[in-house]
Amino acid sequence: MLGEGIAKGLVETARNFFGSYVNKDRLTTVQYPEQRLPQIEATRDFPFLVYDGDDWQAGMRCVACQICEKECPPKCIFIEKSKDKKADAVGKPQFYPAVFNIDVSVCMSCQICVEVCPFEAIKMDTEYELSTDDRFCGLLWEKERLSKPNEHYRRIHPTDAAVSDALLAEEKAKVEAKAKAANETKTNPTVSNTTPADSGVPSA
Amino acid sequence: MGDTVDQFFVTLQQWIASHTPVGLQPVISTVLAVIAILGVFALLFAMTTVLERKGLGRIQNRYGPNRVGPWGFLQPIADGIKSLTKEDLVPRGADKTVHLLAPILLVLAAFTLFAVLPLGRNMVLVNLDAGVLFFFAVSSVMEVAIFMAGWSSGNKYSMLGAMRAVAQMISYEVPLILASVTVIMAASSLSTVGIVERQAGYTGVLPHWFLFTPWGFAGFFLFMVSATAESNRSPFDLPEGESEIIAGYFTEYSGFKFALFFLGEYLGMFAISGLGITLFLGGWSAPFSFLTWIPSYFWFFAKLLVMIVMFIWIRGTLPRLRMDQLMNFAWKFMLPMALINLVNAGVWHFLPHGVLRWLLCGGLVAVSYVVLGRGLTQGWKLEKRIYRFAE
Repeated sequence: MLGEGIAKGLVETARNFFGSYVNKDRLTTVQYPEQRLPQIEATRDFPFLVYDGDDWQAGMRCVACQICEKECPPKCIFIEKSKDKKADAVGKPQFYPAVFNIDVSVCMSCQICVEVCPFEAIKMDTEYELSTDDRFCGLLWEKERLSKPNEHYRRIHPTDAAVSDALLAEEKAKVEAKAKAANETKTNPTVSNTTPADSGVPSA
Repeated sequence: MGDTVDQFFVTLQQWIASHTPVGLQPVISTVLAVIAILGVFALLFAMTTVLERKGLGRIQNRYGPNRVGPWGFLQPIADGIKSLTKEDLVPRGADKTVHLLAPILLVLAAFTLFAVLPLGRNMVLVNLDAGVLFFFAVSSVMEVAIFMAGWSSGNKYSMLGAMRAVAQMISYEVPLILASVTVIMAASSLSTVGIVERQAGYTGVLPHWFLFTPWGFAGFFLFMVSATAESNRSPFDLPEGESEIIAGYFTEYSGFKFALFFLGEYLGMFAISGLGITLFLGGWSAPFSFLTWIPSYFWFFAKLLVMIVMFIWIRGTLPRLRMDQLMNFAWKFMLPMALINLVNAGVWHFLPHGVLRWLLCGGLVAVSYVVLGRGLTQGWKLEKRIYRFAE
């Protein structure tokens, strides 16, 4: 009959209206800024540089290899290599970036820089409330602004941080083992020069 | 005591006027009443914009505006400031004078409609003998204003929107007026004050409102549906279709003129609901005889509020009607219903009081509704296409 559908519709909307006061599940609005949506672990916003320990300059993992600069699709990373070297995360003396700028207004959060970094030095942060009123340099972040401790990384991405830490520990162990072996050959010249890794090769 | 509260505003008006020179007193008392009407209905407009947004929000399972003021109720102030500070753009191809006059005319016409509505006992601005006729005449001026808006924009989409709006409004004027004619017949008077006074009696507890008669019931629904179409409100808001032709006839308006259009539309909605209340719902009379101690103006505004809530509810529920669906509805359903209602009202008047007249008139309403409804919905079935000349 004419009007039946309208009547049913009116009942439905009335139920929605009164239900929204009674049943809090109906209102899915998140009242920003008093409330925020919880973020998943794999959230990514903009990159940051990881440093180990307390000194952000001494503990920075980045060795200025410039791979991320070359791979970045919108070319928002700018790196200038230093002239001297310092010890990196695994202990080897490496160059470090004298200038490391990311233009966050250009960055598209594609995570390619993170994927190609061989040194676990650059990772994705989860901060999104980044508005600034400085329209020239407010979104051009420099080395100091970008550096954050490893504890921060562990806090925001626990699973990935565990993997990253394991990788670095393994690298470090290898480097230390190599250094130890090199040390032993220096003090004991009679020991053969072959490294333990070569013992698997069939001798000619 | 009850009487003093009821006549409070009348006595206040007389008291203020008595402090002015005798020659000016009629003018001063009218000006006071005009100022009161302007103030009250502008405030009601502000309140309605928030109520609508919050009501629609809750219907759609979200909060409405809730930042400005307690629960968002000061939102109209923010909206007002926004519309006042926006740049007033007039398109190069627009007819400047008409572009300026259209919203002004709309608001003027909308405010003039309130002159004949009795807002309470002895609280009508002008007691015209042909009040209802005056009302319909002035509401046609609103249609002219809408057409002026569409024409002067120099934009073919606005023009289309305006033409559709005018076509819609003209087609729905017919059932609107026919539904009112039944009331005029029953009350034997065109005066709004007279019509309300005819409905102000009680048999026992129940009131004499025309709504509680079969023809009044049908007439009220015809009137309110036509009123929704007259004020271009959902589901009849195709001319201003927000998601289609942007804003239809007021696309080219910005800032204050847009706010004036909004104001004019909402005021038209209030005025026509006010007329509906006057004609069918007994104006300022209380629904039960034991509630007459509550002042008359309270009842008028309570009924107006119920009407506004109904408008918002319907807006949140129904999808927009297409132009042809709209026109079909007006001419093929509403008009025959209105004509049958006229006959019904006459039959009611001439039959003696009793069960017979209820059964006969009620049956006539029900039968005509079902038959006409079936006739209307049958046209919706899609048939297999036959290409006559291809066979």
